[in-house]
Amino acid sequence: MFHWLEKHPFFFAVGVFLVIAFAGLVEILPNFAQAAQPTVGTKPYTVLEMAGREVYIKNSCNACHSQLIRPFKAETDRYGHYSLSGEYAYDRPFLWGSKRTGPDLHRVGNYRTTDWHENHMKDPAAVVPGSIMPAYGWMFTNIADINTAYASQLTNAQFFSVPYNKPVPTKDGGTVTVAMANSVAEANKMALDEAKVITAGMKDKDVQDMVAAGKIPEIVALIAYLNSLK
Amino acid sequence: MENRPLEYDYTVAKMFMLTTVLLGAVGMLIGVILATELAFPGVNTILGGLGLNEFTNFSRLRPLHTDAVVFGFTLSGIWATWYYVGQRVLKVSMAESKVLMFLGKLHFFLYLLVVVAVVGSLFLGITTSKEYAEFEWPIDIAVVLVWVLWGLGIFGLIGIRRERSLYISVWYYIASFLGIAMLYLFNNMEIPTMLAASPAGETGIGAWYHSISMYSGTNDALVQWWYGHNAVAFGFTVPIVAMIYYFLPKESGQAVYSYKLSLLSFWGLMFVYLWAGGHHLLFSTVPDWMQTMGSVFSVVLILPSWGSAINMLLTMKGEWQQVATSPLIKFMVLGSTFYMFSTLEGPIQAIKSVNAIAHFTDWIVGHVHDGVLGWVGFMIMAALFHMAPRVFKKEIYSKSLMGTQFWIQTLGIVLYFTSMWIAGITQGMMWRAHDEYGNLAYSFIDTVTALHPYYTIRAVGGALYLIGFFMFAYNIYKTMTSGRRVEESELQNASPMAA
Repeated sequence: MFHWLEKHPFFFAVGVFLVIAFAGLVEILPNFAQAAQPTVGTKPYTVLEMAGREVYIKNSCNACHSQLIRPFKAETDRYGHYSLSGEYAYDRPFLWGSKRTGPDLHRVGNYRTTDWHENHMKDPAAVVPGSIMPAYGWMFTNIADINTAYASQLTNAQFFSVPYNKPVPTKDGGTVTVAMANSVAEANKMALDEAKVITAGMKDKDVQDMVAAGKIPEIVALIAYLNSLK
Repeated sequence: MENRPLEYDYTVAKMFMLTTVLLGAVGMLIGVILATELAFPGVNTILGGLGLNEFTNFSRLRPLHTDAVVFGFTLSGIWATWYYVGQRVLKVSMAESKVLMFLGKLHFFLYLLVVVAVVGSLFLGITTSKEYAEFEWPIDIAVVLVWVLWGLGIFGLIGIRRERSLYISVWYYIASFLGIAMLYLFNNMEIPTMLAASPAGETGIGAWYHSISMYSGTNDALVQWWYGHNAVAFGFTVPIVAMIYYFLPKESGQAVYSYKLSLLSFWGLMFVYLWAGGHHLLFSTVPDWMQTMGSVFSVVLILPSWGSAINMLLTMKGEWQQVATSPLIKFMVLGSTFYMFSTLEGPIQAIKSVNAIAHFTDWIVGHVHDGVLGWVGFMIMAALFHMAPRVFKKEIYSKSLMGTQFWIQTLGIVLYFTSMWIAGITQGMMWRAHDEYGNLAYSFIDTVTALHPYYTIRAVGGALYLIGFFMFAYNIYKTMTSGRRVEESELQNASPMAA
């Protein structure tokens, strides 16, 4: 049979394809729908959080930080409850990372504050002596792309039925609704309102001035996102 | 059929040889910069005076390094060898078909365009974040076109072949083409966000090139590592095996040791490799049974991997003195050995209890690099060294430079993987250490500062490899430009399939 295949390239190629495609079908398909279900308490991202997530991606934070707490005592001691599948239901793309040059960030919102992030992103080694993380000074001047974040929210809602403007269950048995804007202008206004809450906890005068003038630096969006990781 | 040997046309092969050398140098240089940044973080801001911190930062450069060596150096190497080997084992010249020649050139120039787009976009931070699949949708479409052009080239050449039976290398090239095509398509399923409309009726909102993944969370991770792992399979293993099956027998003048072993390892590799992706997700939120499958199949994978490697080593049976006398044979034999080494190390790391320590650490980085530096890098350079005299019809400029390069790079690899073993296992053990009261023994930063010596050694190892690569580039360049002409008939000429 193999001799025959070697003389018939078309059937050879078909054979190879079937052999390699088989594993993907068996491994990926069976749990696909189930793995996409959110856990109770998981909310969609607000527009500023979404913009911050895009800043996180733009700077490849995931190259050095994981967002996946494994079910070991050492990890739950260090980072909190181990990660659950449904907590990632609204993550497109996923940001688990594959290398922990720095610590895990999946629940960083539980134990770091706006103030801490502000100082740390400006000069990591001043906050954590010995840190090899570089400073991210440009995030304090680059303006966050709220329009694209809004487009991401809309795409999530329209193509993947992510429940914006709908009540989602919370852990205490209640519900919460994450609002999404009706227009670009409204999205920018909502982002600005969120940004003002963040900058109230920040010291940088320039950042506060920019937000007061209606512009949102990347750092504000990033902190909003990091604070949402719980 | 004619009796005189065919004149093969290496126009396209030469083009890809050029990008192999160029993008290899760039990718490896960025790698050394990254390694230095980890050891000495001050290097991150080396161009701070020019206001360029954003573009020399570790996190911004990291995808550029991986993509430059994967899609720049390795892919170019694969294509340079395909446009050389393909003609020779199918016994047909590219010059015989104007269409194939045109497709080949188009393949190269479109690829060049993609390279430029990728470099630009990654510097600007335009990325989807998925490893080795960072490109946004417009580039993805171009990548698919490049891939289709290669496919047309392969099957076009096969269509007009004179030799009925496909040589082993061709099996592997075909598998490479099909595997990456399937993986790339499914992993890069994404929705451009400009397609969404706001309730107020606005469309085309935000950056036009931006997209979000069609899968979410755990599913996205599963598809990504099914891709990520097998991009290694069909980019770093399958086509490199294609190369060694051609170039080692050809260079040594020996016939492939066992046809049956090559059959077994080919079909075995095809079947087993795809299952193993789950080992990237051990102890994650993907279902347990998938993790176990990933782990088990990783161990099974040793068989077909070692099958090819042993087949290659035994091809040298009775001719081992060539390892001592020929630097080119040295590259290939050590490459094959590193392949065995790497394909044993991988399965060990895929065992759940080992993975608990190894995952997220530098041991994984070490594993990747003994594979790519020792196996992929050595094989591609060996292939180009073999091709250069035949393509340019010039004698190799310096065999002793080749020998020096071999030893410098081998030393570099050894420094690289040993330091990363120690770094990885040290950090993995420190993360999980508890003191006598059951509290964590080390804060995270303790586990980072402990790695400084190993990061420094790794940077030195990487730099040695890079120096060797520059020697390679220089040697090839001088071969091209030197005046010592040589005809193919004067060179060692042997199986596979002669001529």
